[in-house]
Amino acid sequence: MRTRPPLGSPLQILLLACSFALAGYAGVRLFADDWRGVALWLVGAALLHDLVLLPLYTLADRAVVGGLGGRRAWVMYVRVPAALCALLLLVWFPLISGMMEERYRSATGMSTDGFLARWLLITAVLFGGSALLLALRLRRATKRRAPAVH
Amino acid sequence: MRNDDPRLPSSPGFWRSPLRGTGFTSVLGLVLLVGITVLFVTGLVSYAAYNPDLSPVNDQTPDKGILGFYLFAWPTDPHWLYRFTQGLHVTLGITLIPILLAKLWSVVPRLFALPPARSLAHALERLSLLLLVGGGLFEFTTGVLNVQLAYVFPGSFYPLHFYGAWVFFAAFVAHAVLKVPAALRAVRRPGREQGDLVSPRPGPPTVSRRGALWFVGGASLLFFATTVGQSIGGVLRRTALLAPHGGADPGGGPNGFQINKTAAYAGIDTRETGAEAWRLVVTGRGGTVRLSRAQLLRMPLHSSALPIACVEGWSTADQWWRGVRLRDLAALVGHDGDPPDLFVESLQRHGAFRRAALRANQVADPRSLLALYVNGEALSPDHGYPARIIVPAAPGVLNTKWVARLTFGDL
Repeated sequence: MRTRPPLGSPLQILLLACSFALAGYAGVRLFADDWRGVALWLVGAALLHDLVLLPLYTLADRAVVGGLGGRRAWVMYVRVPAALCALLLLVWFPLISGMMEERYRSATGMSTDGFLARWLLITAVLFGGSALLLALRLRRATKRRAPAVH
Repeated sequence: MRNDDPRLPSSPGFWRSPLRGTGFTSVLGLVLLVGITVLFVTGLVSYAAYNPDLSPVNDQTPDKGILGFYLFAWPTDPHWLYRFTQGLHVTLGITLIPILLAKLWSVVPRLFALPPARSLAHALERLSLLLLVGGGLFEFTTGVLNVQLAYVFPGSFYPLHFYGAWVFFAAFVAHAVLKVPAALRAVRRPGREQGDLVSPRPGPPTVSRRGALWFVGGASLLFFATTVGQSIGGVLRRTALLAPHGGADPGGGPNGFQINKTAAYAGIDTRETGAEAWRLVVTGRGGTVRLSRAQLLRMPLHSSALPIACVEGWSTADQWWRGVRLRDLAALVGHDGDPPDLFVESLQRHGAFRRAALRANQVADPRSLLALYVNGEALSPDHGYPARIIVPAAPGVLNTKWVARLTFGDL
């Protein structure tokens, strides 16, 4: 007996056909000027995220977890400040890196000089705050254990 | 073919995080459902705020077809309307970035799941996910780059972000219809994680699921807190540590508020704006008059307190403008009592909005001025000396600076 490929839910097929039609209507306009560039950005954004960014930060995270050995409770004290400052850098990279200086200055009358300094200060506060919290937690833990030593 | 070699990402055993599961994904997904819907609506509202159907000079996407079905005459009340909707659009977009990334992380095993398609419906759904993820990242990326003036994307921002939004939203709606019922079920009945996202051999946990959600929420809060001040102004602008129009204001004094394009950027020559050279040309059905700045100053002057609100999401608090009412200028050239639409031209040599059209309701508003003063002092070159338009609730670029010519009449 010949097996036919299953269709799946006809409702889902109708819904997706409708979605593709609308996306197509907007898509021909989106692609009208520079279809290669837009396609590269659209597909490239998904591929860059799924196949580069996500594996990279996963590997970095594994390196932190591995580097801390058995102290799994410490992981968040490194992960949180590292992820936050990395994400701020990623989002505001054009300003923080200073690459927009000329256009930014002529458009706004201000300089991008302060952005790097402010990002570094935020990074310092995040890591410093995290270290302080970890130190307090370790102190509390030793105090609680201390009476049992006697 | 077997998919259980845990060295391959197509195997469920490859993914070790004990956080993944339908419940975790559902919480993030439902937040995005609300957030992205608000982004889409405020984005459409921003397009309407330009009055694109009034004149081709206001419309950056003239081939929109039915995608402009909802357009309406943009009101002038409340005077902070665009400040609010566009501040919301940009601030919320930036705030949602950590949630978007966490959501994508939570479902990444499905990208590699085999077989590629179990049915035609499933194949179409996976194809739709490319538009969803690609379109979503495209919208967030172009938005984030545009507010930093990093015009590296392939084309003009307006058509890319507008048509891209419709492509993304088409896939977003389909995804929401398919997934929201299961997401609501998972959130209503919390407990043990279920579904294909749960790792069959989870690694030892480093954080609880609740802790991970706090982490993502905290990251969003950090983005919000370092951005929102640029849309509030005053002392709170200093809290917007990394936002493009956060931190300090450019200089002090009456003209020391945020600038959109400086006179140097727009190529304004001081020889054209001096008292001898500059004449405002006003045309209407009654003819044409040419007015020097001194003559304008002898007309009845009025004040209004209005903000500058940019499509980039930043805005200023209300500034105190003083100048000639647009409807008084209309009356001067034969439109007494029923001001029509207005076509404004700037001295600016290049740039998309060196010409702009205002609708009759905007011209008629008594707060709409050809401003000559701001905060008690003559306009600075960067704020549009010798004269600029200021209209309540209009996007910043429609408040034309360095005005050279006003043409009243139905557009």
